[in-house]
Amino acid sequence: MSEISLQVDGKQVTVEEGMTILQAARSVGVAIPTLCDHEKLAPYGACRLCTVEADAHGRTNLIAACQHPVEKDLVIRTRTEQLDRIRKVLLEQMLAHAPDSEQIVALAQIYGADPNRFEKDANFCILCGLCVRYCAEIKQKHAVGFFDRGAKREINFIPEIAVRECWDCKECFPLCPTSALQAAYVLTEALMSPPEPVAKGCGGCGG
Amino acid sequence: MSRINSPAELESFRKEILSQRDPDKPCITLCSGSACLATGSGKVFAALEQEIEKQGITAEVSFRTTGCHGFCEQGPIVVIYPQGICYLKVQPEDIAEIISATIKEQKIVERLLYVDPNTGEKSSLEEDIPFYKHQQRLVLGANRKIDPKSLEDYLAVEGYQALAKTLFEMTPEQVVGEVKDAKLRGRGGAGFPSGVKWDFARNAPGDQKYVVVNCDEGDPGAYMDRSVMEGNPFAVLEGLMIGAYAIGANEGYVYVRQEYPLAVSNLAIAIEKAEKYGLLGKDILGSGFDFTVKVHRGAGAFICGEETSLLNSLEGKPGEPNARPPFPATKGLWGKPTNINNVETWANIPLVINKGADFFSAIGTENSKGTKIFSLVGKVNNTGLVEVPMGASLRDIIFKIGGGVPDGKQFKAVQTGGPSGGCLPENLLDTKVDFDELTKAGAMMGSGGMIVMDEDTCLVDIARYFLEFLSDESCGKCTPCREGIRQMLKILTNMTNGLGQEGDIELLQELAETTKGSSMCALGKTAPNPVLSTLKHFRHEYEAHINHQKCPALACKELIAFYIDPDKCKGCGACLRKCPADAITGEKKKIHVVDQGKCTRCKGCFEACPAAFDAVRILSGEPVPVAVPEEV
Ligand SMILES: Cc1cc2nc3c(=O)[nH]c(=O)nc-3n(C[C@H](O)[C@H](O)[C@H](O)COP(=O)(O)O)c2cc1C
Ligand code: SF4
Repeated sequence: MSEISLQVDGKQVTVEEGMTILQAARSVGVAIPTLCDHEKLAPYGACRLCTVEADAHGRTNLIAACQHPVEKDLVIRTRTEQLDRIRKVLLEQMLAHAPDSEQIVALAQIYGADPNRFEKDANFCILCGLCVRYCAEIKQKHAVGFFDRGAKREINFIPEIAVRECWDCKECFPLCPTSALQAAYVLTEALMSPPEPVAKGCGGCGG
Repeated sequence: MSRINSPAELESFRKEILSQRDPDKPCITLCSGSACLATGSGKVFAALEQEIEKQGITAEVSFRTTGCHGFCEQGPIVVIYPQGICYLKVQPEDIAEIISATIKEQKIVERLLYVDPNTGEKSSLEEDIPFYKHQQRLVLGANRKIDPKSLEDYLAVEGYQALAKTLFEMTPEQVVGEVKDAKLRGRGGAGFPSGVKWDFARNAPGDQKYVVVNCDEGDPGAYMDRSVMEGNPFAVLEGLMIGAYAIGANEGYVYVRQEYPLAVSNLAIAIEKAEKYGLLGKDILGSGFDFTVKVHRGAGAFICGEETSLLNSLEGKPGEPNARPPFPATKGLWGKPTNINNVETWANIPLVINKGADFFSAIGTENSKGTKIFSLVGKVNNTGLVEVPMGASLRDIIFKIGGGVPDGKQFKAVQTGGPSGGCLPENLLDTKVDFDELTKAGAMMGSGGMIVMDEDTCLVDIARYFLEFLSDESCGKCTPCREGIRQMLKILTNMTNGLGQEGDIELLQELAETTKGSSMCALGKTAPNPVLSTLKHFRHEYEAHINHQKCPALACKELIAFYIDPDKCKGCGACLRKCPADAITGEKKKIHVVDQGKCTRCKGCFEACPAAFDAVRILSGEPVPVAVPEEV
């Protein structure tokens, strides 16, 4: 694999081809905020907090650092006034769903996001997909998935699989930046739990 | 005729077809696109068949069904050749007269001709109708000449000549070069130069490559791709094969939305016939080039028209976009280099090859070449498909071709570019249709949707309408698109309900910046356009909604009131009888009064009040005066 040189916040970085801008930045200690990124999972690009500014081929674009592969001579800026504004709005949008999420609240402080900017939404999930992807990519069980699209998109456990797999796993719980996942699981469990086990032996038939 | 094995055999077959066709023999054509089938073209067809037999002229007249002519509101359309006499809104009852008068006695059936609503003038020939006169139908033109199910018809209009030329006279590099020189840009939305894209796929390493036709066409109200696919599937296939040869692909896919059954069946027939003649499959025309094509029916989600979603959907995965890069040209279908183009782009390819890059690039503007098909709808007299050279002005399209705004209303705005396009006001009507000019003006070319709006349209409500569509159709994966649209839609809905607040405009702009700047795919990146373009050109309407709870177009139901002017009311009772909500009180000869609490704002009274009295007024942003039901 060949090496690629680029610039991140004024620092010269040389990394292997195929790495992402996020990885390149981290390798020289430049922190870019993320929520849906996970080292064990494929880049996903849902939260968009990692949006950075990139100069390439004579043009300036905004791109997601977690998904964009490094390119020769890219010049990346990870904090600008515009990026701060964008991150602030993104965090405010997420706070409408998950006002108590520690990770989001911590980032909100950095970017000055107002937790009350948007009306609170009943759904806590910010659809980062960590649980869905972990279950699919690492556990290969597909017990939790996305349903519907657009504003109606949500995560749900697939009861038939969840009832078999989840009780002994629950490895996705600590990944969730909000409390939505556990709630969804508890709900599924309630719906799926078999009726109270009947006392051993049935008086009627003597079995 | 069986398999065609060489260009020479192709030409002799073509000659044979043409020699059997007497150009002077009367030929009746009937359009049978989806729209005309819906207005009864099937029954007209049966009547024509019967009548030709009954009047005993089977030998003297030929008869064919064709694709869509684009003037769909006037369908079913019958055109009689060689003169080109055009009859509109033809019903089965009209057929006997058409045959006895026009075919037998060369007389015109006046009542079926087009009448210009503005001048009252009649046109007997299709090309004299203003709707057609100002068009240049390089792509759609063949639709009215050929039966889409007939390979012979396609061959009669130079079909497969371009393919033979590419396979035998041009190298793949030369084909790419020709498309580059023609400066053809993609018709599916982004306007990317097609030749450049072909080059990427051609140069991408890999033995297995694919070509794909994007016939997802999810823009509400747009149907140019459907009409091309239904009316001339051979042209799309021929273009696709030329592209496949150029980039080095031997397999192609056509992705057609589920709601287009006629396009799917005409395409299937075209594929079967082309295979039979050796124009698809192995060793096409004896050139050694192999090509097969499969048809895939999409589930009809708007986002599946986005190329990476489309490819995911083709692979059987959820139809959600991927990040680009990698672009399909390097890593597309099943990870292989893939070139995907829109239906209309593919249909332009045979033309580019047949007539040459010089011919093609002489049409249009500096950076937008050839013609573009628009789907002209909304508040315009002539709705339908309009193909014009790039560079035509919006004014010409709307007024010369479209015949202007009906019912004497004022033009207000034109929306171009599909759901995430923009609205342009009257003073920008001289904008040329050109990829860059439209973008500069705050709208976009998109795939060719064009919606005309009159004075009764509220632009805040229009922005709300498009955001509602996008809110349902976004895949929902990324925050700025899903949440940004959600929040913008909430604000717009509040405004149209009279709940707008100071600061809403600034908040919309901030949300728009985030959604545009950080969304993953073009749906999100363009989703704020309806808001931004209306804010740019119609900001005063937003301000009126927010500051005065007033809808200047008198369209937002929550912001209007119906009021009967006591000075004008004659106590005739017309409104009272019409009101479905029992909201009007009054007696004969006494002034009528609307009970605002009961009124559902259906507009019934406004329409019922005799024009001579004109007593019902629509108020917005002002208190409704109290009226007393005294004697008139
Ligand atoms: C939300 C969205 C919907 C799209 N829908 C279509 C469509 O229905 N048909 C189409 O040809 N292109 C559509 N496109 C554009 C495609 O992504 C792609 O650019 C196009 O098919 C390329 O063909 P072209 O270069 O011939 O235009 C859409 C893009 C987006 C972002
Ligand atoms: S921008 Fe919208 S449609 Fe595109 S990937 Fe993101 S959520 Fe999906």
